[in-house]
This record gives sequence, structure tokens and C-alpha cells, in this order.
Amino acid sequence: MSTATAQAPTPGGVRRPGVRARTAPDRPLLGTLGILALLLSWEAVPRLGIVPERYFPPVSEVLTTLVERAGTAPFWEAVGHTLYGWALGLAIAFAAAVLLGFVLGSTPRVRAFTTSTVDFLRPIPSVALIPLAVLMYGTDIRSTLLLVIYACFWLIYIQVLYGVADVDPVAEQTARSYGLGRLSRIRHVVWPTTLPYLMTGLRLAAAVGLILSITAQLIIGSPGIGQQITNAQQGGAVALVYAWIVATGILGVVINIGVRALERRVLRWHTSVRGEAAA
Amino acid sequence: MLKVTGLQKIYNGGSTAVEAVRDLTFELAEGELVCLVGPSGCGKTTLLKCIAGLMTPTGGTVELAGEPVLSPPPGMAVVFQEYGRSLFPWMSVRANVELPLKEKKLPRARREELVTESLEAVGLTAFSDSYPWQLSGGMQQRVAIARAIAYEPQVLLMDEPFAAVDAQTRADLEDLVREIWQRLGVTVLFVTHDIDEAVYLGERVLVLSNSPTVVQDDVTVDLPAERDQLGTRQDERFTRLRARVYAQIQQAKKGTAPAPA
Repeated sequence: MSTATAQAPTPGGVRRPGVRARTAPDRPLLGTLGILALLLSWEAVPRLGIVPERYFPPVSEVLTTLVERAGTAPFWEAVGHTLYGWALGLAIAFAAAVLLGFVLGSTPRVRAFTTSTVDFLRPIPSVALIPLAVLMYGTDIRSTLLLVIYACFWLIYIQVLYGVADVDPVAEQTARSYGLGRLSRIRHVVWPTTLPYLMTGLRLAAAVGLILSITAQLIIGSPGIGQQITNAQQGGAVALVYAWIVATGILGVVINIGVRALERRVLRWHTSVRGEAAA
Repeated sequence: MLKVTGLQKIYNGGSTAVEAVRDLTFELAEGELVCLVGPSGCGKTTLLKCIAGLMTPTGGTVELAGEPVLSPPPGMAVVFQEYGRSLFPWMSVRANVELPLKEKKLPRARREELVTESLEAVGLTAFSDSYPWQLSGGMQQRVAIARAIAYEPQVLLMDEPFAAVDAQTRADLEDLVREIWQRLGVTVLFVTHDIDEAVYLGERVLVLSNSPTVVQDDVTVDLPAERDQLGTRQDERFTRLRARVYAQIQQAKKGTAPAPA
């Protein structure tokens, strides 16, 4: 935090709030204020009757419902189902994309041969496969997996292709001149070069995978948060629908924070993470 | 030790073939420090890549200790000009130096010994756990030199290694190369475009012609073995050699290869 240096610690080492430098905006503070403002308006809008409370219950009611539910086993079961479909699908997509990306990416002929196919398959939205998934697997978890894997695979695969192609010729020549064989070069040169791309792909795929996991449950009706939302809707439990929506939002934020942390750890040497090097 | 015979390299760029190197023949005796100068664009880098086994020449041969060079030979280490791209940013200084030794399957103890010695030789012992990008340009090139000497090569190739560092650092690094060469007795081929640097460093200077390249002149540097940045550069012999190489390069640029003076 850039303001930290301008701040003098008070005796006893406790930093007093309110003596911050006025130059740079305080991100966490502004962020908290923003959320508070959002919550306040969410509370106010239905209470003031701007939007009917029936369709848009105030936030206090939604959060109360959420907390109530969070104390029950079925809630965590649904969250577990959703996360399981997400994690397994993401892991399979990741492994397949990395493997294929490295193999196809490092053989230019095969890459050129498959490019048109990839360009055709890639834009097909995963949700278009829902009828197919239902035909094949019904409401089984494999339906969810199919959608998650299909969506995540392309996101990661394309990044891996770019990464593999981005190897610095000087680094490559250095490795060759020091006698590094093909496998060693993949491990010590190509893989680290691809990592930043791979992490970008993983971050995108993690978010999209969660969306698809919930979508599949919502539409196909396989167990999980999506299915719970449909159930709540059909039972007319409006506050519960919102509670689940809020829960998915929180889940998304948590996943994003997790992937970001992983990225910072894995790429601590990379320009995007290390910042300006102190020489 | 290193023998280049009739080396030719033609780049096939579709319909137009470019002859970068025409007919290069020269030899480095064991333990010699030879500088290679030539006008810019004369194919120095092409030549070096052919010698390093990173590029297949169109014609001619390269031999290292009697063995033909067809792929990067184990007895050769290369220091590239682009230290920032040649060192791996994802590895610490120590790991960068150690990687080729791991590849050589040296036992751990021996690897540590070599890494420690070579980092000491370039004066970077305190930075072994830093990452290359935390160091200055000159220090990074020192790491690359440490990596090269830890590899224990018979021949050390240096491709304009100091072209991207500032003048003061450059002087220090030049002295470092002389020092390492004298201490290890390694054969060094030092490619540069800087005439002063070539004369200051080398025991011999090979002057290359304009592309398509041939060896235009082979100058023996009769300077004392102990050189220093101030004294040597003011030495009358230094100035004379410098003038000779300079004149050759000028003629090389005009494309007329005169009889060696």
C-alpha cells in the first residue's frame, strides 16, 4: 500500500486511522464503502417501494435466509456438488489442454493442420451442448462435467498454444548450447515460458467453469446450487433464490482470490508479479 | 583446438538466397584468446552459431579438438549478447549456473563446488540466491560468464557479450575475461564489433570482410600479457594495431579486400 510509508506509527506501534496521506486513494477503504453503499441501496429500494418487495426482497431478508441455510447440511451438500463438478471438470480440462497444447503446439505442422478445426469448435457455446449432455448422461454429474470441460478446455488450450509459441529464441539457443535435450528444454524453458499464459487460461477457466457448473444444474437439474435455485423458484421462495444467487457470487469471489494467490506464487519471477526490480 | 575450414552459409529466403558467409578458414590453438571483428552485418553471429553447432552451415566444417561439430558440443560454452534473455528469469542465479551441470549429470557435491567457484570468479558470491532480474546488466552478464566457466568448456564462445553494457562496466568485464582466460587456460573466441576491445583483449585479431564474408586479415597482437585499461590503451603498439585493424575494417566496408599489410 503506497500510503503506508506516509503514515507515522503512533507510540505503541498502533497506526491511527485518519492520518493517511491524501494523495493516493485508499483502495480497501473505498472498496468497503462501495459495498456498504450497494447494500444500503439494496435495502432501501424495496423498502421504499421503488421495486415490489415480492420480487426484490431487501438485503437484510436475503442475508438472513442465507445465514439460516448456511447452518444446514443440504446447503453445504449443494455447494459441495457444485464445487465438485467445477473442480473435476476444470482439472480434466486443464490436464487435457496442457497435454494437447504442448504436443500439438510444439509440432508446427500438426498445429497448422488442427487450427481450422479449433477455430470452428472453440466458439460453440457450451450451453448448446446441453441437449446432447441430457441425451447421453441424463441428470448425472457427467452432464455437468461435459459442459464444464468443453468450456474450460478451449480457454486453457488456446493460452497454452500461445505460450509454447512464445519461447525466446535466445533462451532456446542457450539451452541447446548447454546440451539440454528435448525433454529438459520442455521442462526448463518451454514450461516456465508457458506458465504466465497457462495461469491466465486457468483464471478465465475457473470463472467460466463455475458458471457452467451452475448452469448445468439449473437447466438439467443435476444436484447442486443451480438445482437449488430452480427448486426455490418453483416453491416461490424469492428470498431463497436471492440467497443462492448471493452464495454463487461469494463462491466466485473466493475462487478468484484463490487463483490470484496461486498466480502470484507461481509467477513471482514474472514481470506481471514482481513489479519493478530493485537493482 | 578449434578449426574452421571453408565455412559457407547461404540463407534460403524463398526465391532469394543470401550468402552470409562465403569461405571462412581459421584455426585457434589451445589456450588462445582470439578476437573476431568485422563491419556490422558481416555475418559474425551466423559464424558463431555455426561454430556453436546451433546452425548447420551450407558448406565447410567446424572441428573441436579433432571432432566435427554437428550439434552443440559438450566442450563448448556460449555467452550471448542478450544476457537478459539468455538467463532464465524463473531461476535464481545459482540455479541458472547449475542447470547445465545437472544436465551433465555431475554429482551434487561437484556441482556445488563448480557453482561456488565460478560465482566467486565473477565476484557474485553474495548474489547466488538472487534472481537475474534483480541484478544490473553488468552483473547479469557476469552470471552468464559464471555459467559458462562452471560448464568447464574447452572453448568459450562470446558473441558481442558487452555490447549492451555501459562503458565502465564494459572495461571491468574485459579485464574479467582476460583474468579468467589466464587463470583457466581456456580457448576463447570473442566476437565483437569494437576495434579497441578486440585489440585490448586478444592475442590475435581476425578481421572479417563485408558480407559475403571471408577472413580479411589475421593480426597478431604483440602486447604484453598483463594489460590494464589505462596503460595498454596508451601504449604505442596498441595505437598502431588499432589503426591497422581500423584501416582493414574501413576497406572491408568498401568491399575491397586488400592484401594484408
